Amino acid sequence: MNSQQSMEVKLRLARETFILDVDLSLSCRGVTAIFGPSGCGKTSLLRSIAGLEQAQGYLKLCDDVWQDENNFVPTHERPIGYVFQEASLFPHMSVLRNLLYGFRRIPYRQRHVKLEHAVKLLGLAHLLQRKPQGLSGGERQRVAIARALLTSPRLLLMDEPMSALDQSSKAEIMPFLQRLHDELAIPVLYVSHAVDEVAQLADHLVIMDAGKIAAHGSIDEMQQYLHLPATEKPATETVVNSSIKAFVTEHDESFQLTHLLAGELRLSVPGIVAMPGDAITLKLDADDISLSLEPLRNSTILNVVPARITTMTERKPAHVQLGLETDIGPLLIHVSRKSVNQLGLHPGKDVYALLHGFTIAT
Amino acid sequence: MLQESDITAIWITLKLAGIATLILLLLGTPLAWWMARTRCRFRVVVDALVSLPLVLPPTVLGFYLLIALGSNGPFSPIVKALGGSNLAFSFTGLVIGSVFYSLPFVVQPLRDAFVNIGQRPLEVAATLRASPWDQFVSIVLPLARPGYLTATVLGFAHTVGEFGVVLMIGGNIPGETQVLSIAIYDHVEAMEYGQAHWLAAGLLVLSFLMLLMVYTLNRRFSVVQS
Repeated sequence: MNSQQSMEVKLRLARETFILDVDLSLSCRGVTAIFGPSGCGKTSLLRSIAGLEQAQGYLKLCDDVWQDENNFVPTHERPIGYVFQEASLFPHMSVLRNLLYGFRRIPYRQRHVKLEHAVKLLGLAHLLQRKPQGLSGGERQRVAIARALLTSPRLLLMDEPMSALDQSSKAEIMPFLQRLHDELAIPVLYVSHAVDEVAQLADHLVIMDAGKIAAHGSIDEMQQYLHLPATEKPATETVVNSSIKAFVTEHDESFQLTHLLAGELRLSVPGIVAMPGDAITLKLDADDISLSLEPLRNSTILNVVPARITTMTERKPAHVQLGLETDIGPLLIHVSRKSVNQLGLHPGKDVYALLHGFTIAT
Repeated sequence: MLQESDITAIWITLKLAGIATLILLLLGTPLAWWMARTRCRFRVVVDALVSLPLVLPPTVLGFYLLIALGSNGPFSPIVKALGGSNLAFSFTGLVIGSVFYSLPFVVQPLRDAFVNIGQRPLEVAATLRASPWDQFVSIVLPLARPGYLTATVLGFAHTVGEFGVVLMIGGNIPGETQVLSIAIYDHVEAMEYGQAHWLAAGLLVLSFLMLLMVYTLNRRFSVVQS
């Protein structure tokens, strides 16, 4: 990873129940979720990055060193936005004054995020004159997010911003978070222990356990850690992939096919891609899989896999993303809303997945 | 009706309480802030020292202050070097005594107010680029307003009502150190119950009105804030 675009985090902090000991190089792009059980040090890591905890070590964002052996940049001089678990709005100020609190404290030419922009992005126009006490939990958290954004941070830290909210407030905030992800080029560290949030928002995933990094990588590489039947990635992600592990069983020279065994099922892929016995990973684009209610034996599609629908997520206006459970592993597919209607698709229904194309990684 | 000496005593009392309260708010703010934030283990010692005037007989406090402030006391060379004279039996001496005597009544409400605010609003302000001083002015002071109101009124009222300390270190010099509570005592000693009534009832009503104001305003704050 290029050091210009990465964040170097080497921090050590002794807590009562664990020692935070982290050495990470994180992407300066997109949303990185920090995921793990309660009390594993996620929040301590985030607080240390913000300078709210005085951890030992080294911390650098792009070209700015925030912390090394000799220097410790105090929190109020770090260009961060921090969204706490509870909205923590200032109770003696209106929503508008809360929003402007940080905005007014940064130099004029650094105010890249404008008030109107943040208000629009988080849908706050009708709340500006209200006091925090009169807002719902979801509204408060939206104000807190906008307030953090208005400091035009170079890094946005979010500490379980939805955990104090009920289901309906979560559903209310999620679209705003996704818009944030899509419209602003601010890298986000998002602490969570909720699989669905991570799966919907994150591009990268860091898994923590007992103060240490257990694993990290892109969300696709990390799927097995999320124990998900399928991820539910946001609509703007251009490619949604499912990964399948398979073994090469034999080659069919006459048709130039490679036969594979994935789980209990036989698949065939065109070309001679690997030697018998090799383990390979197949990547399946969500747009290269279709569904059928019948096995379709008399068709040109070679690979037909029995499947059961597990999840349905609304995406672009015309599309729905389905998560499938199959014998070869979880799959994600895109289908039109019309097909969902016509075929009567719903979670729990048994279908057949028709696999059109693969990319192969050995 | 009120004699001229009574009116002077009222004026001295109000001046004393006003100045002592102002000093207490200025000294009490950093002290209470430290007590609310520190994890230092000497904090309990400071807690106990600050609370001492609550349990100590005022005459005991007054006695030691008399010794400390008197012409043979440890501070008298400094005072003389600064061109002053004996602090005991002077208005300045009364102010010093009152500051000690009313300390817990100012520091404790402030400390409680600071503790109640908690760490979170300050952390939020820090992530929004507010320096520590900025955090204090823009967040702590407004949120601690009920605490300041309580501290001001209690400090003021308690100083108005003090008797033992004043008697020990201030004496009873009309026009200089004779305060209201001592004037009442004098009237009672002289069997002038009419005069004593005027002053005593005045003090009673004043104290009640001040407390009424505190509770009304604090209730309004808490209604606004929660």
